[in-house]
Amino acid sequence: MATAAPGTVALELRDVSKTFGQVVALSSGSLTVTTGSIHALVGENGAGKSTMVKIIAGLYRPDGGTYALFGEAVDFRTTAEAKDAGIAVIYQEPTLFPDLSVTENIFMGRQPRGRLGRIDRKAMDTEARALFARLGVPIDPERPADGLSIADQQIIEIAKAISLDARVLIMDEPTAALSGVEVERLMTIARALRDEGRALVFISHRFDEVFSLCDTITVMRDGAYVSTDRIADVTVDDIVRRLVGRDVDDLYPKQEAEIGEVVLEISGLTRAGLFHDVDLQVRRGEIVGLAGLVGAGRSEIVQAAFGVDPYDAGTVKVNGKKVPPNDPAAAIRLGIALVPEDRRKHGLVLDSTITRNITMAIRRRLSRAGLLSSGAEVTTARDWASRLEVKTTTLDTLAGTLSGGNQQKVVLAKWLSTRPDVLIVDEPTRGIDVGTKAEVHRLLSELAGEGMAVLMISSELPEVLGMADRVVVVHEGRITAELNREDATPEAVMYAATNTQGASA
Amino acid sequence: MTSLIHPSDTSTQQRARTYRDHQRPLWQRVLFSRDVAVWAALVVVYLYASATVPFFDRPITITYLLLDVAPILLIALPMTLVIITGEIDLSVASTVALASVSFGVLYDKGAPIVLAAVAALLVGVVCGAFNGFLVTVVGLPSLAVTIGTLALYRGIAVGLLGTTAITDFPDGWTDWARGRIGESDIPSIMIPFAVLAIAFIILLHFTAFGRGVYAIGLSEGAARFSGIRVERTKLILFVLAGAVSALAGIYYTLRYGSARGDNANGMELQVIAAVLLGGVSIFGGRGALPGVIAGVLLIGAIGSALRLADQTADVINIVTGLLLVVSVVGSSVLGWISSKRRRRGAPEPQHDSTGSGTTGSGQTEPGNTLTDTDGPVGERERDDR
Repeated sequence: MATAAPGTVALELRDVSKTFGQVVALSSGSLTVTTGSIHALVGENGAGKSTMVKIIAGLYRPDGGTYALFGEAVDFRTTAEAKDAGIAVIYQEPTLFPDLSVTENIFMGRQPRGRLGRIDRKAMDTEARALFARLGVPIDPERPADGLSIADQQIIEIAKAISLDARVLIMDEPTAALSGVEVERLMTIARALRDEGRALVFISHRFDEVFSLCDTITVMRDGAYVSTDRIADVTVDDIVRRLVGRDVDDLYPKQEAEIGEVVLEISGLTRAGLFHDVDLQVRRGEIVGLAGLVGAGRSEIVQAAFGVDPYDAGTVKVNGKKVPPNDPAAAIRLGIALVPEDRRKHGLVLDSTITRNITMAIRRRLSRAGLLSSGAEVTTARDWASRLEVKTTTLDTLAGTLSGGNQQKVVLAKWLSTRPDVLIVDEPTRGIDVGTKAEVHRLLSELAGEGMAVLMISSELPEVLGMADRVVVVHEGRITAELNREDATPEAVMYAATNTQGASA
Repeated sequence: MTSLIHPSDTSTQQRARTYRDHQRPLWQRVLFSRDVAVWAALVVVYLYASATVPFFDRPITITYLLLDVAPILLIALPMTLVIITGEIDLSVASTVALASVSFGVLYDKGAPIVLAAVAALLVGVVCGAFNGFLVTVVGLPSLAVTIGTLALYRGIAVGLLGTTAITDFPDGWTDWARGRIGESDIPSIMIPFAVLAIAFIILLHFTAFGRGVYAIGLSEGAARFSGIRVERTKLILFVLAGAVSALAGIYYTLRYGSARGDNANGMELQVIAAVLLGGVSIFGGRGALPGVIAGVLLIGAIGSALRLADQTADVINIVTGLLLVVSVVGSSVLGWISSKRRRRGAPEPQHDSTGSGTTGSGQTEPGNTLTDTDGPVGERERDDR
């Protein structure tokens, strides 16, 4: 049990630095977290948050500066040492053993022993149940970890941290992939842990969560400490200004565009158990927002329309031409582009270069007499990388080493290079920083202004409301509302997203 | 940014950023590649054996070396592509045998030899297509499928001929299979091999299809989402592996003047060993054909040198086996060390670690200066699996 009185300094980093070769990842990071507090750590991607977390977790050793835990200077060589000292990190996507039970995952490597050195399953099970009861989460400790939602997997990581009696918990963007209800549950647990006197660090790009959960906020920019304030003393605008070092006047720079004829027409699209009778039209110059809860079937609909997933009934047309099912190559040829939700798994080949990634979908068009030259690839890639302002020095950098925002720019470059008529973007700004987010929004708006039909899936309501000309709401695989920009209020969208009755088109 | 969609505007538009195409100059990328390392090893082994093993430096050694490794050279070509997609084909040697037996039996029953050869090639195509069907349409893992067909095709081959052999083939054909190009020491079979090698190098390294092969091996999901026809690509590769194996089977039959069910027994392992030695990753996505060709020749040269030095077949097997383990383990260890160093932050993390010559001397070029501190390194999303 954490015993320190609330307000004791638990974690203190001062002017910590870390360089990789000539690249400075962290120039002077400072962070002071007290017990009984939830401390927000915010910064754009590339600001050095993750590097600092990795130093705290013992994954990196700092090149300079001081690092103290409860007043004692520490120098962790391994993550195990940090764990023993009471530090736990909860990542955005936990890594559990899928085939083992929840209990086994919690006690991995330190199972209680009974007589003859056998694992004491009963003791393990009792403690696991007690942990979940304390967290107030009904997870069956005997079920396998495989198939648990990301939210539940995070809870298991938290349970593990508590059973290790971690005094400092760091949550690295835990809510990025969670739905509203799951976020609420996580926040309740976080508050309970705070009240037990633990020190929590909460990293998030979502300011509404930061402001409702945390009591203190530290801002980082360009690898350096900027400020620490009590949350009550600052506003979102203050924080955003400090994050980017300038005013972000408009996060949602929606331009007026001339809306033309129908380009994408989905009618009666059905796949048993996932979505039913989906009718959807997107016109030239229009941005249509596809809203709904996580798991409502939005990604499944667009993936079926694009051809990577099958469907049972219905048709998809682009410019009046039928798109054959199960054939992404044909969909691309007819002018559809899909920026997928899972950037790292579906959007990019992480172990391939920026050049190869950008030219992947147009490799046949770049061929001359069937032959493809590196020269043609590099020329095209250089052109698109510079239009989207991808931050890198060389084009043969592996895509996996770029920051999230830059990876997304590479994916966008890849799809814009196909010169699509319809651009489908699935969670285009997930996990990317405020500055790049605004860039992506401006880009989408410009594309629509130039006559592209844009279909945008987003779980961030402000994004949908800020960017879309029309909002289509999906609930459990059915379209429950279609709202024009002026009618699309947060209430109207959430009502349609959660409740099928009463919502009219 | 004036217009994003229309390219004509970019010529006048001022570029926000400029990029270098590559981190290292061309000569470094070529020199420090795995392919060059394998070729260098081949040269070293050749020179060392020429100096120390009696008779190794005679031209006849090269002739026999090439005659012996020709089937492996041939099959290694499609096998490289199959392994780069992350699949494997263990049934190639059984396909060699089945094609050999089909060729022999048909000729023996009075079919014209050209027809028998074409039929044998078709047998290979069918064998490959069956593997490909089970892997891509039914969705079974290729390792399991081809272990099964390894036994199946071999079983059919042995069943067709029993323990007998067909040994009577037209002299013109067998002489050609054992012959050389003109007055040179190079066997005639190297002509069809060279043609195929160039075709496969173009296919893998200079076509859209080849880009797809690498993409599938590195990330099947991303390949599918990019419009690459994953199943079709794999099916084509399995068919190619079957067809080329059949061609090797015909050659094998003519070279030894014998169609038998146990021809080329165990050759699949030699092929795979050579492909991996040549720098192809068993996990897919990495490797190149020039290195594979050197890998086959390297294994052949070592075997030939040891044989001339009066070593037994067991010793040769042990040495090639060790070589394979060392090369596979070696590249894994190198990769592990460089990722470890990267994590600890020693060298610059953007450099790839695949080249065997680049053991992280921390190459940093002048262009790589302060302009990009915000970008790639600070926040690579969790590289800490």
